[in-house]
Amino acid sequence: MATRASAKIRIGRLERPALTGVLVREVVNFSSYWRSATFSSTVEPTIYLLAFGFGFGSLVSTIGGYDYVEFVGTGTVATAVLFSSAFPAMFGTFVKYNFQHTYDAILAAPVDTEELVTAEALWIAARAGVYGCVPLIVAMFFGLPPAWGMLTVPFVGFIAGYGWASFGIMAAGFAKSIENFSYIISAVLTPLFLVAGTFFPIDGLPQWAQVLAQFNPLYHCVQLVRDAAFGFEGWIDVYHVAFLVAFGLLMWRLAIFAMERKLVN
Amino acid sequence: MKRYGPITAVNGLDLDVPEGTCVGLLGPNGAGKSTTMRLLTAQSIADEGELEVLGFQLPEESKAARAECGVAPQLDNLDTTLTVEQNLLVFTHLYRIGRADRRAAIEAALEMANLTDRRDSRVDKLSGGMRRRLLIARSLVHRPRLVLLDEPTVGLDPQVRQELWALVDALRAQGTTILMSTHYIEEAERLADTVLIMSHGRAVAVGSPADLIAEHAGRTAVEIYGSPSQLADAEAKARADGFSTRRTGTSISVLGVEGADGRAPQGERRAANLEDVFVLLTGEQID
Repeated sequence: MATRASAKIRIGRLERPALTGVLVREVVNFSSYWRSATFSSTVEPTIYLLAFGFGFGSLVSTIGGYDYVEFVGTGTVATAVLFSSAFPAMFGTFVKYNFQHTYDAILAAPVDTEELVTAEALWIAARAGVYGCVPLIVAMFFGLPPAWGMLTVPFVGFIAGYGWASFGIMAAGFAKSIENFSYIISAVLTPLFLVAGTFFPIDGLPQWAQVLAQFNPLYHCVQLVRDAAFGFEGWIDVYHVAFLVAFGLLMWRLAIFAMERKLVN
Repeated sequence: MKRYGPITAVNGLDLDVPEGTCVGLLGPNGAGKSTTMRLLTAQSIADEGELEVLGFQLPEESKAARAECGVAPQLDNLDTTLTVEQNLLVFTHLYRIGRADRRAAIEAALEMANLTDRRDSRVDKLSGGMRRRLLIARSLVHRPRLVLLDEPTVGLDPQVRQELWALVDALRAQGTTILMSTHYIEEAERLADTVLIMSHGRAVAVGSPADLIAEHAGRTAVEIYGSPSQLADAEAKARADGFSTRRTGTSISVLGVEGADGRAPQGERRAANLEDVFVLLTGEQID
């Protein structure tokens, strides 16, 4: 190749211009599909909220001292975060890699896999933080009293969403075909979704299930949102945040590992 | 060298692209052209050997090299729900063009690709030729020193192909260094200053199209037509007389017949071309 010593650009990791470039691509693309994304990310948890709130709520009026609608309204925030992060990350990543070949274009630019994965996760996490608030707002119409602590909910959604987005990207990185996602949805996401204290408290479950729930990021997200709405509980909430941050960091590194294996050979 | 399991895609390829020239990688499908392209952007890491792009060592400094390279891939990976202009805008960010220069960079790319009046069209509304022009324009927004074009006209109509040739030629006239892969011989012949013929991951010949023709196929060829058995006989006889031959499917071409008037077989005379060289060097059958 032609040689010419030129002004070398800094060869760094996680450079801001690279992250910005990938984020700009997502934001510009979002302008063309925000309606459908917003629809699915908000309507689904709202349906859960209404169905459980009214259906189940007619049988049980209070759980753990809360109105059932308040209990479910705060719980489904975690559901909304999960639905708007893990699923778009899994399917979006797979489609962009396999069908649209978007990542080939991005990695031919001065962007590394680490930056690509990080920016994609940040973007999805930001969306999850916003969409996560929808059930809370809906629940307010059904009597959930507003509280200052709720202002932290977008941040909780962002942290949890970052972990789930990274989880989804990792799953797409390891998946051989789009059908592989069935295993992840059935065997991982559905159980975690049900045993998170969203629709019923986990203290009614057998001991082993309660222990397992402690390892469920969704459970920690649910607990945090509930405490944000009904009053923080000090160190326990710090522990919930720490768990979500650790989950996010672990999934982030695994997602980078999985995608590097897939994208650079 | 690059291996995929037991398959060696690129092997002992010595590729030198002098600044300001257009080098064409010519080879049949599976010769290792696309792998070579991926090696140059570090999307593929060589198992052995040294790679230097624009003075940067790969893969360690590939990010710096990529900042000064433009890539138009073989597979269209435009964002199809975005407009022409939005696609270019995204790439001004990915290639770190400063805010003040973005507008001008987009305008210049639109103009270069003759897409100024389609700037607001969604990509999925564009014709195949326009999409390919946009793909090339996208690789030029940051005024790269080196442009990698992977099969720029594959699958396009002849008219559209000519448009793209004009675009590449204009780029060449501006002094941009171009590495282009193609399996269209005419494309290499028209656009490349230097052609590198690849086969099974190796370079089998390098030179200007004219030099390659003169060296390997001579000046004049004779085309002999006839039934398959007549062709087989003509081929055997020409070979026995010391000529190289190649099959074209409908005829036998006997090469290098200039200055052999007495011994030259009868048939239609024509100038030797790059296709003669290509088939001679990469084999008559693709395996």
